[in-house]
Order: sequence, then C-alpha cells, then structure tokens
Amino acid sequence: MRIILYIIQKEFLQIFRNKTMLPIIFMVPIVQLLILANAATFEMKNINLSVVDFDNSLRSREIIRRFDASPFYSIVPTEQSVEKAVELVHANKTDAVLIIPQNFEKDFDNSIQPRVQLLVNAINGTSAALTNAYTSSILISYSQNIMLEKIGTNIVKPSSISTQTSYWYNPELKYSHFMVPGILVILVTIIGMFLTALNLVREKEIGTIEQINVTPIKRYQFIIGKLIPFWIIAMFELGFGLLIGKLLFNIPINGSLLLLFSFAGIFLVVALGGGLLISSSSSSQQQVMFVAFFFMIIFILMSGIFTPTESMPNWAKTFNHINPLCYFMKVNRMILLKGARFSDVSDSFISISILAITILTFAIRRYRKTT
Amino acid sequence: MNSNEIVIDVQDLVKKFGQFVANDNLTFKVYKGEIFGFLGANGAGKTTAIRIMSGLLEPTSGKINVAGYNAYTQRDLIKANIGYMSQKFSLYDDLTVRENIRFFGGIYGLSSKVLKVRIEELLSSLKMVDFKDDLISSLPLGWKQRLAFSIAMIHNPIIVFLDEPTGGVDPITRRSFWEMIYNVTSQGTTVFVTTHYMDEAEYCDRLSIMVDGRIEALDSPSNLKKKYNANSMDEVFVMLARNGKSVA
Repeated sequence: MRIILYIIQKEFLQIFRNKTMLPIIFMVPIVQLLILANAATFEMKNINLSVVDFDNSLRSREIIRRFDASPFYSIVPTEQSVEKAVELVHANKTDAVLIIPQNFEKDFDNSIQPRVQLLVNAINGTSAALTNAYTSSILISYSQNIMLEKIGTNIVKPSSISTQTSYWYNPELKYSHFMVPGILVILVTIIGMFLTALNLVREKEIGTIEQINVTPIKRYQFIIGKLIPFWIIAMFELGFGLLIGKLLFNIPINGSLLLLFSFAGIFLVVALGGGLLISSSSSSQQQVMFVAFFFMIIFILMSGIFTPTESMPNWAKTFNHINPLCYFMKVNRMILLKGARFSDVSDSFISISILAITILTFAIRRYRKTT
Repeated sequence: MNSNEIVIDVQDLVKKFGQFVANDNLTFKVYKGEIFGFLGANGAGKTTAIRIMSGLLEPTSGKINVAGYNAYTQRDLIKANIGYMSQKFSLYDDLTVRENIRFFGGIYGLSSKVLKVRIEELLSSLKMVDFKDDLISSLPLGWKQRLAFSIAMIHNPIIVFLDEPTGGVDPITRRSFWEMIYNVTSQGTTVFVTTHYMDEAEYCDRLSIMVDGRIEALDSPSNLKKKYNANSMDEVFVMLARNGKSVA
C-alpha cells in the first residue's frame, strides 16, 4: 500500500509541475461544453425556404406571410422560377422549395383539393424530415383555418381525436439537457483515458520505466498507482463539468449525485484501465494516440450520444454490451434527467463492474516487468 | 576485498532474438566484493546479458543464479537485492534531486524512517545538499550519473549492475565516478560494469572480453596483458575483437 502511495505522490508532483496540464484540466470541459452543447443540436432553428409562387393570389401570399412570420423560417428570394430555386438548393443556399401552382386560390374556393409541391434537400435525412414536418404543419393549420372560415362557426365541428401531450423528464424539450450529460461522459472518458495512456507510454519513451521494472514492485501496485491519480482527476473533471452544465445550461440534476459518482467511479476504472492496456501494448505516444482514437470513435458513435441505441441493428446492440460508454451515457442521463434510483440502473452497475474487473485484470497482466 | 563467496553464477547462458544469437553460451562466476567488467564493442551482447541478470529480460536457456536466486523463477527476489543503472539515463527530469531519491527509495519498500536517513546520507555524500530542491533537468550530466548510481544503491543491494554508466562524460568526471565504485566495493558490494572505455577496463578486478555474443577471454587485466603479450588493455581488446564481425 505504501508503495502505491509513493507512485501516486510522484504522479501528482509531475502532473502539477507540467504547465500544460492545468489548462487541459480546466479549459477542455468549458470549451467542449460551450461549443458542443450549443452546436451539436438537431433542433431546426433556421430553415431557409424558397417560395416559387405562380398563383400570386391573396391566399398564396398569406401562406408566404405565415412562413415569414415564423421564427424558424427565413425566406430566400427566388425570381419566380423553379430553375433558380433548384439552383439555390444545389448551392446549399436554401433548404427547401415550396412551389405554389397557378389556380391555387381558385381550387381552394371551388373546394377542389389545392396542391402545392415541396422540394426538400435531404442530404441530412433527419433535418429533411423535420423540415417537411414543420412545413406541412404550417400548411395544414392554414387550410384548417380557411375551412372553418368557409363552413362558419355555427356548424358543429367534426369531432376528431385530440392529443394532450406532456413531455416527461425534459418538458421544455431542451436539446442541451439531453446533450450536456452526454458530452460530460465523452469528456471524462477522453481526459481520463488519454492522460493515463500517454503518461505510461511516456515513461517507456524516456526510459524511466526500466528503472521501475528493476525494482521488486508488484505489477498490480504499479498499475493501481498509475490509475488512481488520473481517476481522481477525471472524477474532479466530472464534478467540474456538472457545475458548468448547471451554471451555464441549467441542466436538471434530479437524481442522487452519490449514485452518479459511484457509477462514474467504476466506469473510470474501465476507461483508464483501457488506456493503460493500450499503452502497455504500445511503444510510442503516437501509437497510443492512434489506437486510443480508433477505439474512442467507435465507442462514442455507438454509445447513443446522438442516436438512440434501441434503434441500432442487432449486431450493434450486441456490441454495446461491451461498450462502457453506452452504459455511462444511459445511466448519466437517467440519473440527471429522470432522477433514476439504484434499482433503476442496477443492471448497468453490474455490467460496468464486470467490465471494470475484466479490463483491470487484463491491464495488470499485459504490463510486463520482464520482456 | 575479494572473497570466495559466489554472488553471480552463470552457466551456458543463451539469448536469441529470432535467429540472432545475442549471448552465445556465456559461463562465468562473480565473487562478492569484486569489480567485474564486461568489455566489448557495441552490439557484442553486454547489455543483453546485464538485462537478463537484472531480471529485465527473459533468457532463452542456461542456468543463471544472481544473489542466490534463480533468474527464471525468483526475479522479484533478485530485484530486491540488486541495483541497476542503465546507459539510457533514467531519473525523472521533472522531479527534484530529493523527490527522485524519495520515490525510488519508496518503491524499493524502504520504511519512511530509513528513507529519511538514507536521503540525508546520499545528499551529503554526493555533496548535493544545496541542490536537493533543484530539478534533475538542471544538473550537469556527470552529476546526474553520480546521483543515478547512488539511487541504484539506495536499498543497499548485494550487487549493482552498471550498464555503460559513464557514457558521454569527460575523463575527470569518470574518475570521480570510479571513486564512488571503489567506495561501494570496499563496503562489500559487488559491482558488475559494462564499458567500452579502456581506462575503465584497467580499473576492474576481473574482466571478460565479449566478441559477437561470446566471452573470448576472462581474467584480471594484468593477466590478460601478460597472456596476450600486450602493453595495454587496448591492445588486448583490439587483438581479440578484430576477429569479430561487429568491429570493422
């Protein structure tokens, strides 16, 4: 135990003596949260819409006015030509083109179903679907208004099912409430894993590891001594990130922080142990960076930070059983947003603990004092 | 100062890296308190042998006993009883003199009481008391080497392995380094040193000259000179090494 303490003490001396370390620890979370939580969003705040109006009637202009008045739309002028509008789509200057044909108003008044055409740039399928949904809903609500106008209020309205929606756990549908907990997971993983992995392989590069390997130190003492300092830093990082999330984005913290940090503690053994495993198998910092990056990309994209894991194909779901980020992503959001209790996340606790024990064993076994 | 007590006993040590034979049937004994030198050109297999004896490298075959322990099965016991200083300089540049001593003493398992005493002892014998809070990176190379040697001795080992300990320093600094070596052998520690400096070869009690992974000659410097009818170790070495592949 005392030997482990000597390693921890030495690591902290080196960490705080390194001038680039403190900026990394404090600036990375601030920058990542500020940029990513604001930028990585699926909300459609600004749809560029071009309208080609061949009807030029009262009704068609009313529709255009509706879009113009919406905070979600900016109207991109076209010269009343479909060719021009298509050109704008090609040049990415407009997201969608609404074409109102001649006789639009006449059809309306003659109770012939009026038709319009909507061309949507669907390079990004998600935003295309959202654009379509928003645009259609504005057109539908307009036509319903007209219908009511024509039928008059004295006639009994045809009954239809009306939905009362209440959004649970994120009632304002704030994207940042969904993203900030996700980014926190990525943040502590990257900081913890990379710092640990680079630290160990640096000792290999400068040769100091030789001097340690020639002492009677036990392998587990060395690995645990290397793990604990960065574990502490990553835990601090999580707390610091949560604080920023609370202050800047007012993210909800509905569950127990103790539960959250307990899970994070086990998760970090996996992430840092993985970092040590990678650096035990590498001989240079470059190698470590490439290998760690390779795994990080896969684990992050499959973790469910952007896309729900439930809708992934079966092989991906199977893979996610060994994806530590997937567990932490889920648990972090559940605890923060839903206020999940231990019984709600106990499955993930068991899985992450198994992963932690496995990876730590591998890391200790992979580290060789004798080559 | 020499005794008949054997501290290193190596028989038919072979180390192969793939097809390449780095150590070819080395057999030798080292006695307690002597300075035993490995002399050889670069690539002759000196470092390989020293790394095997220190438990850093797995031998291919042969019987190896160091400090009374088996180099296959009792490596950690060997490590507790030997010191090691390598040609690749290995103290922490970003730690101070004191912090380096403390760290290595700590992981050798010295108690904090013993460690405190040892730190003071080392600092004063190295005349570095005034520099104890200086970073290693700010020290001249000769000082670093003397400090590295002292740290290799921090747990009072039976044997200390020095792998080209004085590379890159001037003869005067080398001289003072050797004074330290004499000092520890006078207290009964065995010193196993590799070198390719001929003046250092003369300082050894016994010397084995390695060529292409084999031991070509093993005796005291004076006997070697007599046997090969040479005036200096340099002549002996050139005579033996000329037949090898690793020297042009």
